[in-house]
Amino acid sequence: MKGKSSIVWLKAQAVTLLQPDIKPTLLIAVGNLSRGDDALAPLLQELIEPVIDESTTELITDFQLQLEHVLDITGRDRVLFIDAAVECTTPFSFSEQQASTEYTHTSHIMSPAAIMQVYRTITKRLPPPCFLLSIKGESFELGESISSTAEQHLQAAKVFTLAALKLSSVEDWRKLCWKPIL
Amino acid sequence: MYEHLETAENPDKLKRVVIDPVSRVEGHGKVTLLLDENDQVKQARLHIVEFRGFERFIQGRPYWELPVLVQRLCGICPVSHHLAAGKAIDQLVGVDPENLPIAATHLRKLLHFGQVLQSHALHFFHLASPDLLFGFDSDIAKRNIIGVIGAHPDIALQGVKLRKYGQEVIRVVSGKRVHGTAAIPGGMNKPLSTTDRDYLLTDIDQIIAWTSSAVALVKQLHCSNRSFYDEFASIPSHYMGLIQTDGALELYHGGLRAKDTNGAVIFDHVDYCKYNDYIHEQVKSWTYMKFPYLLSLGKENGWYRVGPLARVNNCDFIGTPLAEAARIDFKQHFESPQVHSTLAFHWARMIEALHCAESIKQLLNDPVTLSTVLVTQGEKRFEGVGVIEAPRGTLFHHYQIDENDIVTRANLIVSTTSNNTAMNESVRQVAATYLNGRELNEALLNNLEVAIRAYDPCLSCATHAMGKMPLAVELVDNEGKIVDRLVKSSSGHIAAA
Repeated sequence: MKGKSSIVWLKAQAVTLLQPDIKPTLLIAVGNLSRGDDALAPLLQELIEPVIDESTTELITDFQLQLEHVLDITGRDRVLFIDAAVECTTPFSFSEQQASTEYTHTSHIMSPAAIMQVYRTITKRLPPPCFLLSIKGESFELGESISSTAEQHLQAAKVFTLAALKLSSVEDWRKLCWKPIL
Repeated sequence: MYEHLETAENPDKLKRVVIDPVSRVEGHGKVTLLLDENDQVKQARLHIVEFRGFERFIQGRPYWELPVLVQRLCGICPVSHHLAAGKAIDQLVGVDPENLPIAATHLRKLLHFGQVLQSHALHFFHLASPDLLFGFDSDIAKRNIIGVIGAHPDIALQGVKLRKYGQEVIRVVSGKRVHGTAAIPGGMNKPLSTTDRDYLLTDIDQIIAWTSSAVALVKQLHCSNRSFYDEFASIPSHYMGLIQTDGALELYHGGLRAKDTNGAVIFDHVDYCKYNDYIHEQVKSWTYMKFPYLLSLGKENGWYRVGPLARVNNCDFIGTPLAEAARIDFKQHFESPQVHSTLAFHWARMIEALHCAESIKQLLNDPVTLSTVLVTQGEKRFEGVGVIEAPRGTLFHHYQIDENDIVTRANLIVSTTSNNTAMNESVRQVAATYLNGRELNEALLNNLEVAIRAYDPCLSCATHAMGKMPLAVELVDNEGKIVDRLVKSSSGHIAAA
């Protein structure tokens, strides 16, 4: 097989890279503030940051979902990924994610399902319950502001997110997956 | 060498195969092949199909916004753009690099080493290792990071943690993993606390050990299939990058050095503010990406490579002991003045990752790094150039401002642009060597992508919307009619369409 080689490797050892104060709820916003509607998720975090309970909720923003986010979800009670999506048929959608071995081949951007799968593989444990809030976006050009339509979607998603954060249990979030607040 | 495959004589009469987009690279590019009736490759091109308009994004903004603003150009190496902008803006406030407070230089280097470490780890473990560990023609369903984690969990986990450590360095120095503020005109905006220093020191010996293991792994891969690794996509080329005054490997600041295919110096210790006297860019109609070349050698012969292989080829030594030992071992393996193997990019990349880990430890243990003297000022200028060795190679930021501090002109040469001709040459070499006369399939086409991935190209920026990256391969007959089409979905599933 071309390029294939047998390899020898050192066993991984413990390393301490986790924050000492892990908050039970984690929100990971994915997007770029300078790329039109790609800014939806980080903008949502900016909107809710002043009013969230910092003792229980941590906010992370990143350009893309990457491998290191596997470590970020460790020790959480629940995780909410937030991202712009062109395929939404509603202003936003809210769904629970399942670990999946399916993988995005075409880029090194990872999906929440892939993050969960990697977590499961390397820890041999089930990942925390993970949810995805997709906010519908339309245009993603460098230097653009978000579109007026996306601005409306953002406001709706803000109302939903603040309401969801008031619900303390994972079961309550699961119920929202079936009856989204629009 | 393979430039005769850049443009076919009668393209309308040839079969056309398209890989769109190229996968496991950052951004959107595509490869097109034109084949004759005997499936002989007559033309092979890597196209960049996305116009980024960086300069337009920057012009009209006040200069002090730029270090934060330019981070949004790229989701993979925002710190590199941040620091290149920071260096350019230092000049706008009249501060040359040698006059920057030492602690500010240390903190910028610390930030930069963290960035290069995490970027190199991401590329090697996440993007390249599936090909290298499983084989270029292995089962595509497993040829990805999840497959690597399943088969080699220790390797994969260390890749994750190396990346995470680099991100932690960035977070500690700049306040955030992304959108952080670190470099400001004439210095840095916050000192490193002893608590943060100690936090980063906790794991650094483990990080050095893992990067050492990564170097050993790449060597092992090369030695296991030596002739293949040496020859795959290999192209003799010139190399360019920053260098220290004593000839040591340099990632943050130095003069420009270029060497030819035999290792002879073309120019050395050039002030990068005068880059325009040494490098020009050529435009071609079939791609948005320009083709830089060394002016003294002309458009045809002046193309060059940048990035880890160029830096390790160009330097006389590396200033940290383990990386220097790895460099010597690397050079001895190839037994030639310059290493032209494209797959050797991976080996050089891990040597640099080791150098970054060692350098982070050195900087953290230097008391000067904790100094609170971080900013200085000079007399305003109207032009500034900042150059840095980004993970993928030399990155140029050049700004001009008016009396109101507004940017009136900006010119950026990003690393991948410098590798444009080289990537096309590698694509053509692979097409001519491995694809000629053969019935094409995904595994064969992956050879082209493996060659491109070795450069770790950043073809775009950080636009990220789920579900937008399908891959389609089309086979078109002599009359332009599509006779076959395969589609690879974002899940990796391949089906006729």
